[in-house]
Amino acid sequence: MTDPGTTLFDRIWDDHRVNAAPAPDGGPDTLYIDLHLIHEVTSPQAFSILRERGLGLRRPGQTVATMDHSIPSTPPGPDGRYVIEDPDAEVQLAALARNCDEFGVPLFPMGHENQGIVHVTAPELGLVQPGMTIVCGDSHTATHGAFGALAFGIGTSQVAHVFATQCLLAHRPRTFEIRIDGALQPGVTAKDVILSVIAGIGTEAGTGHVFEYTGTTIRAMSMEERMTVTNMSIEGGATAGLIQPDDTTFDYLAGRQYAPRGAAFDDAVARWRRLATDESAAYHRSVEIDARRVEPMITYGTNPGMGMAVHEPVPDPAALTNASDRRSAQRALEYMRIEPGKPLLGHPVEVVFVGSCTNSRLSDLRDAARILEGRKVSDTVRMLVVPGSQRTKRAAEDEGLDTIFKTAGAEWREPGCSMCLAMNGDRLEPGQLSVSTSNRNFEGRQGPSGRTILASPLTAAACAVTGVITDVRELL
Amino acid sequence: METLASHAILLPIDNIDTDRIIPARFLITTKTKGLGRHFFSDWMHGSSALTDARVLVVGHNFGCGSSREHAVWALADFGIEAVVSTGFADIFHANALRNGLIPVVVGPEDHEKLVTELETSPEQEVVIDFASRRLSCGSIEAGFTAAIDTVRIEDRETPGGEELDALLRQADLIGRHEAGRQPRVDTRKDL
Ligand code: SF4
Repeated sequence: MTDPGTTLFDRIWDDHRVNAAPAPDGGPDTLYIDLHLIHEVTSPQAFSILRERGLGLRRPGQTVATMDHSIPSTPPGPDGRYVIEDPDAEVQLAALARNCDEFGVPLFPMGHENQGIVHVTAPELGLVQPGMTIVCGDSHTATHGAFGALAFGIGTSQVAHVFATQCLLAHRPRTFEIRIDGALQPGVTAKDVILSVIAGIGTEAGTGHVFEYTGTTIRAMSMEERMTVTNMSIEGGATAGLIQPDDTTFDYLAGRQYAPRGAAFDDAVARWRRLATDESAAYHRSVEIDARRVEPMITYGTNPGMGMAVHEPVPDPAALTNASDRRSAQRALEYMRIEPGKPLLGHPVEVVFVGSCTNSRLSDLRDAARILEGRKVSDTVRMLVVPGSQRTKRAAEDEGLDTIFKTAGAEWREPGCSMCLAMNGDRLEPGQLSVSTSNRNFEGRQGPSGRTILASPLTAAACAVTGVITDVRELL
Repeated sequence: METLASHAILLPIDNIDTDRIIPARFLITTKTKGLGRHFFSDWMHGSSALTDARVLVVGHNFGCGSSREHAVWALADFGIEAVVSTGFADIFHANALRNGLIPVVVGPEDHEKLVTELETSPEQEVVIDFASRRLSCGSIEAGFTAAIDTVRIEDRETPGGEELDALLRQADLIGRHEAGRQPRVDTRKDL
């Protein structure tokens, strides 16, 4: 029996706490981890710890690896081999392959049918299921919360902890409801919703909390849209963001490679339905957002909280009363070389990047293709379209989306993180301005001195066509 | 460590993210050492850096963004032992403690005074007394909080060491928990 007034978060946490009683004095609980996702960048040092201490993996069958961050997005040569220009990246990728082999971890290497950005491919494979605890040495692990799983990013030391014990020491976070109600306007997407949430609450509001996204807008969203929302929980400061599983979730999971099948699936659905947050449950904090008022969003500064509707004037730092806010905003605009007080509409754009674990799923590619179909990418713009996984790439090609992109003059590339974090050579030239569907507009994120404006795939594609910041509603 | 007295590097900007502390292109490594030279690589260019500084004074919400522990490794490798702010992002905060880098949290007013003090006299030493939780710099004196009881200085040599030991000691408890449940997925089923 569960007490009345329990949240989805509480149910998952309590179900995975290995210590019988809650930890006293705010000490950490020992939390059992159902699924551990790993990639090449944050795992090598953790494997080294295992070796140094003579430890093995406790549950290799609850661990899975993919290559995504530092791999090239250029296709393999005729011999099927990928060209990795950076010798250090090659060493890192080889280390992952060797480590997975030695410790018995299943790996989806470059070119494998299941390879992709870790947060795109794992859900597609049905590995992510409601009620699970999922960790990865990666802050966008929150993405998997779209399925009603408690999923969060960890540091590399903790990767070693989970390897060796399948558990973590973790402090119980507080809960924060983000209630989003109402229908979205045409041209407004899940990305605009989450950018508008973060612009409203700020990038550190979620510190110490997990978000639970509720409300009619969320209920009406597809799984892919929900993943775009939960993906950016960390941009609001929360390490995890949950959404109640429902029929949309169960329909998505049915028939996926690693999801339960037959009677086991029906049993699982019955169990998943019981995870629901009680009507009477209270959250530590709550905010309400009216989705009907959300417009296509862009960012203008150097953190994801510096966002505004596409037609609005850039806020003036001088208007900020807090000295430290003012300093940060001024510095951001200087870096971006953007003037306050005027809208960014018409501002020239040099690169458009459609990709990343926020917006590289089939529905995102469809959105971008819808704008590009029958149009051309502006001569002044380089546009990269990077699908999130091999599976997404094949599905997009089956629909002919690749042809639309290529005909329009965009580059259609191999799955991976690519220009989201510019580890693999896909990067902005110094000073270039990009409109990107990724999740971070930090200084230098897409290349040294590169300038990033975050937006939805619809808005990004519209900017690619016109070569300037554009309100996508003019092209619908 | 009882007291830390050192020059400080001042970066009074809010929301300094881990990409700024260490850009992703330096994460192409399989080691934890040697990252210090990339610390604030695209950003500081050593301009305001006092190379002997062991204290870093920064704006609010320091360490937001990526979970990369490399950010902490880079700071520690550079020689930083304490970071002073009004607040830290969760993952950075946990990673820091795990590596013996101490996140020191002061109130907003004290922080503003400290920033002004260091702007006026950058050569001023910051003295952090961990036992009494007092920080001083010139005429400024302030209390602070730090989750110091969980700091494990020795972990800097073997990251995660003591926590890992604590978890390994719970092997029986973990085994009992596993016995009571089916694994939710089997990643090896199709191999
Ligand atoms: S796509 Fe970007 S945000 Fe997502 S996992 Fe890769 S690097 Fe991180």
